[in-house]
Amino acid sequence: MRFRTFAAFVGPSLFLMLLFIAAPLATVFWNSFHVTKPLYEQVEVETCTPGFPKQVCTTTLKQEPILDERGQLVTETRFVGLESYGNVLELPRLRAALAGWDWNAINNIDFWQALRFTLLFTLVTMPLVIGTGLLIALTVNSTLQSIRGPVIFVSLLPFIITPVIGALSIRWLFIGDGILTAALEAWTGRDIAMFAQGWTIELMMYLYRVWHVAPFAFVVFYAGLQTVNQDALEAAVIDGASRFERLRYVIIPHLMPLIIFVILIHLMDAYRVFEEIVGFSSQAYVISLQWLTYDFLMPDEAGTRSISRASASAMLTMIGIILLVAMPLRRAWRDRRGNF
Amino acid sequence: MSVPRSMRHPLRLALLSNGFLAFWCLVAAFPIVWITVMSFKTPFDAFSSNPFNVILGPDTRSQGFGLSLAEILVGLALAWLLIRLAARWLPGQVARFSPPGMTAFGWTVAILMYAVGALILFLAVLPLVMSVLNPWLGPLGRDALGLTIEHYEAVWIDRKFTRNFGNSMLVTAGVVSVSLTVGTLAGYGLARSGSDLAFWLLIIALIFRALPHSVLVAGYLPVFIKSAEILRPIFGEAAPVLYGKPWAVIAVLVSINQPFTIWMLRSFFHNIPRDLDEAARVDGCTHFQAFRRVIMPVMWPGVITAGLFSFLLAYNDFLVTSLLLDGRNMTMVPAIAGMFNRETTASDEVQAIAAAVSITAPLFVLVLVFQRQIVSGLTAGAVKG
Repeated sequence: MRFRTFAAFVGPSLFLMLLFIAAPLATVFWNSFHVTKPLYEQVEVETCTPGFPKQVCTTTLKQEPILDERGQLVTETRFVGLESYGNVLELPRLRAALAGWDWNAINNIDFWQALRFTLLFTLVTMPLVIGTGLLIALTVNSTLQSIRGPVIFVSLLPFIITPVIGALSIRWLFIGDGILTAALEAWTGRDIAMFAQGWTIELMMYLYRVWHVAPFAFVVFYAGLQTVNQDALEAAVIDGASRFERLRYVIIPHLMPLIIFVILIHLMDAYRVFEEIVGFSSQAYVISLQWLTYDFLMPDEAGTRSISRASASAMLTMIGIILLVAMPLRRAWRDRRGNF
Repeated sequence: MSVPRSMRHPLRLALLSNGFLAFWCLVAAFPIVWITVMSFKTPFDAFSSNPFNVILGPDTRSQGFGLSLAEILVGLALAWLLIRLAARWLPGQVARFSPPGMTAFGWTVAILMYAVGALILFLAVLPLVMSVLNPWLGPLGRDALGLTIEHYEAVWIDRKFTRNFGNSMLVTAGVVSVSLTVGTLAGYGLARSGSDLAFWLLIIALIFRALPHSVLVAGYLPVFIKSAEILRPIFGEAAPVLYGKPWAVIAVLVSINQPFTIWMLRSFFHNIPRDLDEAARVDGCTHFQAFRRVIMPVMWPGVITAGLFSFLLAYNDFLVTSLLLDGRNMTMVPAIAGMFNRETTASDEVQAIAAAVSITAPLFVLVLVFQRQIVSGLTAGAVKG
């Protein structure tokens, strides 16, 4: 295929990606070093109250935003260097907290709390998703042919459901004296409030994410299991390999590229954890990096959005994900380069 | 065919593994089934800590919303009949009445008409008939199961959820059609090129795939809000404000979804034998003609799969739509989040549940119809790569 034809085929897609992915990244980068603020001026305001024999007038100096001829705010954009990053990272507070070995103090700084939760969330759910997915795939693979279809159908439901709705449905099962909280209370014999402290909410988020993503791992592994070499398995049986050894030395190595693939996708998706925060309304206890940026972008009470800070936190988020996926990506790359 | 020896299980292991499978199915379906049940009850029943109260709904029943045993039996029989009819009678009718070559369109119309007919039957005709019959049936005619659709009415009629539904449909339809058009071309080009450039494009697309969406939205938001000022030198006074416009969100979601779409379609086109378009080229077609005449007729399975995932991304999105759309153009998912975040009463909460079930229902139908395509799509990137 000549370059001209190739360019014509790929062009529209590339154009969209450049305009809506690469260009926004450049804007974010630029915005993270600049702050745009409305300009203020000092005005003398004379306020008079009716009095006798003459009105009482006072003049005060007030800060008023400058308006242009169309009544719009006049804004000024200024280079601030790393100030926005400093505002997000809050290094002095972190240093003070570290010096005092004060874990709670670190947890009170938004960015570090978000980073802690996001990383923990990604790393805790990953083995659970792989394990659950593998277990379901193995059991489905060894069950009757006729019930596989319905099982796959039911398994796809948690995967396909809107993430916010999925999180909400779990929340409705637990909220107040919801059905599952009541069951837990009956089982443990004590009063439980799942939404009153951070760690129970976090636990529900982990469980929710495993429920949500395990079907994906299951379907991928199940497809991989269909291509396991039956002769190798037979040979292993004849050599006296136990069930576990067959799994460990024949099946898992066969599935390894798929496991790497699921890990890679899961790293990308779990690092984005966001919908759980919305669904569980957990922002008072637990927040994630995506939620931090989202919160900066939402207008506050005065209606202003802190774009610069959002950009700084977005840049930090991006650096994090690049570091995180670098390793599995390199491995996947080596595997693929050969048969590209 | 006999089961290979390596796959045979002792009885104990088979029981254990099937037990686990049953447990997983229960866990997978329970939250969705349960909120569906909750959405039909009064708040008092829906949030009751006794599961039987949630299922049977005594409070709902005492408020006069209920179904008698006779109604349940007749309803089930009717549903069974309708399903049989849909399986046996409908395909023939579709084949008879749809214009040649437009069976897909015929099916869409037929299913919509059938669904509307079933809704009228269940919501209007059946209650009317049964309200006459119930007093005659004695114990069978007494209310046994509390059930109310008032929350659905409140959501769809009072809260104007239809408008959010329309916005969702607009955004999803736009995203699916644009993303497939652009993605199919790119996927084909990448699959047939094999050059280093194609490889690097795919790697960059993979890195783009990793970016959290909030990073990108942080880039769009300031530009979209000020877009009228920025674009004025080019478009003059007609320069649009991109913030709040559905078509701007469509463009954004299409681009966010491009990396995934082109990866999936590339691996799909990779599996269509090269000989096919090379034969067409030998016969004198250009690349575009070969694509149109030879590849397009055989590409639909892969395109449908990619379209499903585009649909899911657009339909399920919360982050992008909630930040880039204003209240008037809000889609369903951000709208529901706004519903319960305010100071809510228990009745608002059940209305939110009804809205959540309404959002989930189309997805349920989607899995029912396209299960095979979804499974093949999930594995496409991984197995064939």
